[in-house]
Amino acid sequence: MSEREPKIVFESATKVFRTPKGEVRAVDGVDLTIGAGEVYGVIGYSGAGKSTLVRLINALEPVTSGRVLVDGRDVHSLKESELRRARADIGMIFQQFNLLSSRTVAGNVAYPLKVAGWPRARRDARVAELLDFVGLTDKARAYPSQLSGGQKQRVGIARALATNPTILLADESTSALDPETTQDVLDIVKRVNVELGVTVVVITHEMEVVKYVCDRVAVMEGGRVVEHGDVYDVFARPQHAATRRFVGTALRDRPSPAALARLRRRHPGRIVTVGVREDGGASGELTRALRDHPVDGTVIYGGITEIAERPYGSLTLELAGEDAAIAAFLADLGRTTTVLDLGTAAHPLTDPDAVGPRAPKGASA
Amino acid sequence: MNLVAAARPTDWDRMLPALWESLGETLYMVGVSLLVALVAGLALGLALYVTRAGNLYGNRAVNIVLNVVVNIVRPIPFIIFLTAIGPLTLAVVGTTIGTDAVIVPMSIMASFAFSRLVEQNLVAVDPGVVEAARAMGASRFRVVWSVLVPEALGPLILGYTFLFIGVVDMSAMAGMIGGGGLGDFAIRFGYQRFNWEITFVAVVVIVALVQIAQGLGNLLARKVLRR
Repeated sequence: MSEREPKIVFESATKVFRTPKGEVRAVDGVDLTIGAGEVYGVIGYSGAGKSTLVRLINALEPVTSGRVLVDGRDVHSLKESELRRARADIGMIFQQFNLLSSRTVAGNVAYPLKVAGWPRARRDARVAELLDFVGLTDKARAYPSQLSGGQKQRVGIARALATNPTILLADESTSALDPETTQDVLDIVKRVNVELGVTVVVITHEMEVVKYVCDRVAVMEGGRVVEHGDVYDVFARPQHAATRRFVGTALRDRPSPAALARLRRRHPGRIVTVGVREDGGASGELTRALRDHPVDGTVIYGGITEIAERPYGSLTLELAGEDAAIAAFLADLGRTTTVLDLGTAAHPLTDPDAVGPRAPKGASA
Repeated sequence: MNLVAAARPTDWDRMLPALWESLGETLYMVGVSLLVALVAGLALGLALYVTRAGNLYGNRAVNIVLNVVVNIVRPIPFIIFLTAIGPLTLAVVGTTIGTDAVIVPMSIMASFAFSRLVEQNLVAVDPGVVEAARAMGASRFRVVWSVLVPEALGPLILGYTFLFIGVVDMSAMAGMIGGGGLGDFAIRFGYQRFNWEITFVAVVVIVALVQIAQGLGNLLARKVLRR
């Protein structure tokens, strides 16, 4: 990835909420740089602090300590009036859309323009332009309650872009939508980035979303960024358990404990899971290793998909052969890819990062 | 012969002007009180809402003080409140009897009542909408008048209509301090003279008044809630 101009910089950003039950460190010493013009994903499970993190960018939440720079300016040191102007440069869309139910679609899109003091004529022209961009020209006079979820989010996007911001914050913007509508909305987000050059920060708990739109990603857990970088690098070589769980959940390429227990009944032999990546361990490598060693391999589970347009996934095989031959085969394969040994039905080993239904009690897994 | 039949037929030539005058007094008392409550009650209700912890002007101390004041005034029965705030009434309108004197306690009580209705309806506004407006750079004051009030307008109109009925109810006690009105008319000419006809007519007029107000309120609220 080419070096980009830093657009948003977190410097030891920390946000502590005081609750009756004690302090909660929602964001805990985050250092992160988001480049101008990129689509940056922040993924984490609920409660990981990602929604708070994104609210530090437009100072909807004040930081407890640390700094958050937008275009080199610390937004948390701005006066209220300066902050309001800064916010006009940062659009935001929400999971629940947060449209004004008392205003029409056009009225919602016009609202930030009114706030920014645009004259009526320019406002009307801009609203028409924005509704055209999101394909809702015919809904200008409709009220939000008359729209579908996808249409509401498109109004949200038009509204967020009204004042020509250079940053768009998308807070779980597709989590309330069905898969097809999610795709439509993400396509618009992509267009916002590519056609308008807007820097986009996408907050989500769905890896599909990150896979589809993001250039880079940060994985959050317990208020900290546990891993960040190029989307492919992070997901193809997950270092942290949280990342591995996201990958596993999205791909469903590795058997869940329950599925593994079922597999063992039909395949009592040695079971291994082999990673498939573009830079080695691709299925060709597996085929070669099987040819070179006196070992039979039967694919019994697996999945291969694309992350950032590059192949990624894993295959689970049952191996048959002499113990020594299997050991040599695994050592050979292990030089080019990750190999996870799941043992045999008699001596089972577990996958520490397995996701999905647990094995029924008493079953070996 | 029973008592009703024994009573002389009602002299409507004399009673009708008295009825209209009473209606006028009621409309005057109710009208002024409602106007005051619209402004003061809305302001107080907004204050109760925005000073809640975590809201636009979150301020625990102010919020507690406001709540205590409202909670002290609200439970006082109106007939007692009417006389109890005599000194204040005297200071404001220069007398403690008559229609104008009734308006002071009525306005105060109506404002406090409306403030709670306003607060309740604002609580129901999605906080996400407030956050969205803040994210767009709207000032806190702007959010109050351009988001909070419009978003809650339908329920606010219904609450105000509900308040109208409560204020009409209060106005019936105006007779206590010589304030006149339909309630006083019903008691003096109807109840105290065993003239059920007069009482009945006064009740019909009050019911008609309330019906018209409720109908209007519903109509307006429906227009606002068409979305």
